Amino acid sequence: MAYSPQLIDHFEHPRNVGSLDERHGDVGTALVGSPQVGEVIKLQIRIDPAAGLIDQACFKAYGSSAAIAASSLATQWLHGRSLDAAAAITHADITRELALPPERMHCAILVTQAIKAAVSDYQAKHNTRTA
Amino acid sequence: MADSLPVYLDYGATTPCDPRVVDVMVPWLRAHFGNPASNTHAWGWEAREAVEQARSHVATLIGADPREIVWTSGATESINLALKGTAEFHQARGRHLITLKTEHKAVLDTLHELERRGFEVTFLDVRPDGLVSLDALRAAIRPDTLLVSILLVNNEIGVIQDVAAIGALCREYGVLLHVDAAQATGRVPIDMAHLPIDLMSMTAHKTYGPKGVGALYVRRKPRVRLLAQIHGGGHEYGLRSGTLPTHQIVGMGEAYRLARLEMQDDEVRARAFQRQLLGGLTDLGEVFINGSLEHRVPQNLNLSFKYIEGEALMSAIHGVALSSGSACTSASAEPSHVLRALGRSDELAHSSLRITTGRFTTQEDIDNAIAAIRNAVTRLRGISPLWEMHERGADVEAMQWSAAI
Repeated sequence: MAYSPQLIDHFEHPRNVGSLDERHGDVGTALVGSPQVGEVIKLQIRIDPAAGLIDQACFKAYGSSAAIAASSLATQWLHGRSLDAAAAITHADITRELALPPERMHCAILVTQAIKAAVSDYQAKHNTRTA
Repeated sequence: MADSLPVYLDYGATTPCDPRVVDVMVPWLRAHFGNPASNTHAWGWEAREAVEQARSHVATLIGADPREIVWTSGATESINLALKGTAEFHQARGRHLITLKTEHKAVLDTLHELERRGFEVTFLDVRPDGLVSLDALRAAIRPDTLLVSILLVNNEIGVIQDVAAIGALCREYGVLLHVDAAQATGRVPIDMAHLPIDLMSMTAHKTYGPKGVGALYVRRKPRVRLLAQIHGGGHEYGLRSGTLPTHQIVGMGEAYRLARLEMQDDEVRARAFQRQLLGGLTDLGEVFINGSLEHRVPQNLNLSFKYIEGEALMSAIHGVALSSGSACTSASAEPSHVLRALGRSDELAHSSLRITTGRFTTQEDIDNAIAAIRNAVTRLRGISPLWEMHERGADVEAMQWSAAI
């Protein structure tokens, strides 16, 4: 398994591991995947209500080293983004940045699902929807 | 080749060739290169003599007659010869074979090939401890059953099947028994004078010999009939043609001679290491031993660390060479068929680690391995959302999970 240095770095030194209080109004939480398929990602974002931007993102991941690295990368990218800009992150972006091998691309897809689910969760709390 | 290699605790994959074995092999690669089949001159005679001496070393380890040993290229070839050879010879008598779901792929794949050729195969479940139930085996035997194939020591979980009882059952019904002993030679005592086994596959490279050589035991009394699968010069009583690789055969002979002498010492050390590994790892909590601990070779330990995925665990363990229960290099990330057959959840099957020790394992290796595994498990559980839920008292298994992507 010849993983890229970027992937190994995120796996060995994952950024933003942690949990936020999911009951908090400013927090959007996602839990995607399942233990049966070998991957579960919990991804959380906190939105600064004044700026309307993500001021904190964190994750926990059960899965392959690629799943952990992709989650770590995503939390880095989410900082300072609007909800629309967050949801616009594609699995191709993550795949490219980490040089994911094709058989690990599903990890990037799962992470983008997690981002969208976290955004939806926040929006549901605020009864708002972007077009 | 890599500059520095990790501590080797993957003896179940292959063992190093014992330096004493290498030493006896080398002359047969240098000055003594004769073909053992050359019966017209001394080059051939000395090679033939070396091959026959090696044959008796192999026979002695398993309590067999040297004439019951057929040289092959390894256990996979031996298994192919045993299963296809007997099935083809006896097909007029019946076309049904029985094996276990926890067998090595060499057996499973060969039997799948026989299915394609019109044979019927029953793949039996095992008990949660990895052992086959004799009642289940008895129930699977039919009037047209030709042969039962059993893995003596399982390569993943190290459990030892009771081949004496299985063989007695097979005799009762007039069914042949083939035993895959690839992992067993030098680890468990085998005495063909008393065991009702008809065919047995062996390899050199898991018993401190070289890769690329193995043997098939074929019982003479009562004589087991089979058809050759490789044709040519009629070597090995016509059962396996091809020029004999003297150096490899001599290596296997020496490896098996040493195995007989050192089996007990190897076992005592392995048992101590197994105890230390268990003591050093199970207190991490939520650690599960896969397969019976009692009916197992002490060189093997197969553990599942709940709430961690196997590939990540493997990648997080630095400086120790181990195997994972899931075929993590494959695209599908399929969990091990062996752990599945034990009834382990996919999740536990995914998070398993096979630690196999051997003759050259040191105390330092074990200490390093325990430290490295503990570090990796603790770090990954710190990242795992499932561990977090478990710590908070949630029943992770009972939760509803979204559909797989």
